[in-house]
Amino acid sequence: MEYSERVMEHFRNPRNVGEIENPDGVGRVGNPVCGDIMELYIKVKDGVITDAKFKTFGCGAAIATSSMVTELVKNRTIDEALKISNWAVAEALGGLPPIKMHCSVLAEEALKKALDDYRGRTSIQASGEPARKLQIG
Amino acid sequence: MLPFFSQMYGNPSSLHAFGQEAKHAIEEARYIVAQFIGARQEEIIFTSGGTESNNSAIKGVACARRDKGNHIITSKIEHHAVLETCHFLEKQGFEVTYIPVDEFGIVDPADVKKAITGKTILISIMHANNEIGTIEPIAEIGKIAREKGIYFHTDAVQTLGHLSIDVSELNVDLLSASGHKLYGPKGVGILYVRKGVRMLPFMHGGDQEQGRRASTHNVPGIVGFGKAVELAKEEMAKEIKQLTLLRDKLIKGILDKIEYARLNGHPAERLSNNVNVSISYVEGESMLLNLDMEGIACSTGSACTSSSLEPSHVLAAIGLSHELAHGSLRFSLGRLTSEEDIDYCLTRLSGIVRKLRAMSPLYKKEVK
Repeated sequence: MEYSERVMEHFRNPRNVGEIENPDGVGRVGNPVCGDIMELYIKVKDGVITDAKFKTFGCGAAIATSSMVTELVKNRTIDEALKISNWAVAEALGGLPPIKMHCSVLAEEALKKALDDYRGRTSIQASGEPARKLQIG
Repeated sequence: MLPFFSQMYGNPSSLHAFGQEAKHAIEEARYIVAQFIGARQEEIIFTSGGTESNNSAIKGVACARRDKGNHIITSKIEHHAVLETCHFLEKQGFEVTYIPVDEFGIVDPADVKKAITGKTILISIMHANNEIGTIEPIAEIGKIAREKGIYFHTDAVQTLGHLSIDVSELNVDLLSASGHKLYGPKGVGILYVRKGVRMLPFMHGGDQEQGRRASTHNVPGIVGFGKAVELAKEEMAKEIKQLTLLRDKLIKGILDKIEYARLNGHPAERLSNNVNVSISYVEGESMLLNLDMEGIACSTGSACTSSSLEPSHVLAAIGLSHELAHGSLRFSLGRLTSEEDIDYCLTRLSGIVRKLRAMSPLYKKEVK
């Protein structure tokens, strides 16, 4: 098994490490038993992802895919971000060893979850349901 | 060793002078190895390495003794060369008992004794474990086997040249070792077979090695093995002393400098060249790659580096959780390791752990 130059480069110098305070969406996937955990934070303004950060416990490929997915989503609209697949993440890294493709799947899942989380939050705000419930209560 | 690749190219099975020159060289190597482990020359078979020696010993005895029984006893922490051979034999109708180990990786001889049945034909327990360095009570287990008239094999790949070995004191009937673990060449090993032990050959063909292992001899490899043993004989006592100090410095350094780290394996009943630790909240491969970038070579029991994506069976057997197995690192010390190397490793490792923990979502949640 050998990593591509781009994987190693992102592993050595991961982009966007950390958390976002008051994020607009968070996606957490994986578990310590399987060996990889990814947390992806996004900030959204006017339907565009303005910032993305991650925290990851995992192997070289897990860190590199996390780093790459944060780079790929920045300045994309929500609809564009939804179309980013694990293949796109792997391709942007110059490919992954077959046994490490699941790391790119994890990155895609983290992104989808963060976007779902964002849409969940905004739809609640838009419909105003919580506010109505509060009034009734 | 090198001249046997070029000038002295004779085949030791040939009668002419070129052949006899090579034959003489391999017999000299055989003598050196036999003396080193308290065996007779004719009890040493040269093989292609530890894996072949283990396969030959286990399958060879199993096939030869099938009329006596079909039960084999081994441990849960053996090398794959033993475990996979046993799994294969299970498919051929043999029954295998895999003895568990304690939290330090030690096999209790009483457990071996309890597992013996009327059908037990072979016991195979490693001399020391390759991952966690734990040294097993081989002499004691050998004594039990001998009392019951059961053949006893030990995989001594980790110990030849690192612990003194006397096959009579250890009560072993078969012993495997490999050249590259004592600074010798890769692709050569030995199998010690006590005189009188019934074993079918693993390789059929010519009558090399008294018909017990066909195939033209790997002359340069065998000569190199002999030389490695000769050097080990001179260096071993001094080396064990020196490495034990360095090993304990590295272990203490890691446990002192890095929070949430633990030692895997036994603190004292341990190979002098082995350090195995688990570091919580970080994953092994990412530590390994970072260490590699700093010129430090180590290995990990993390699932992420295995092709099966399963963590180490040895770490599982000593009761480690998946999480801790993922965060394991093994450092091997050697003849050329210096105190400065240990200091360098400690500094770099703690920096790397700090960096990876800052990135780890587990560290944040469970510690702060």
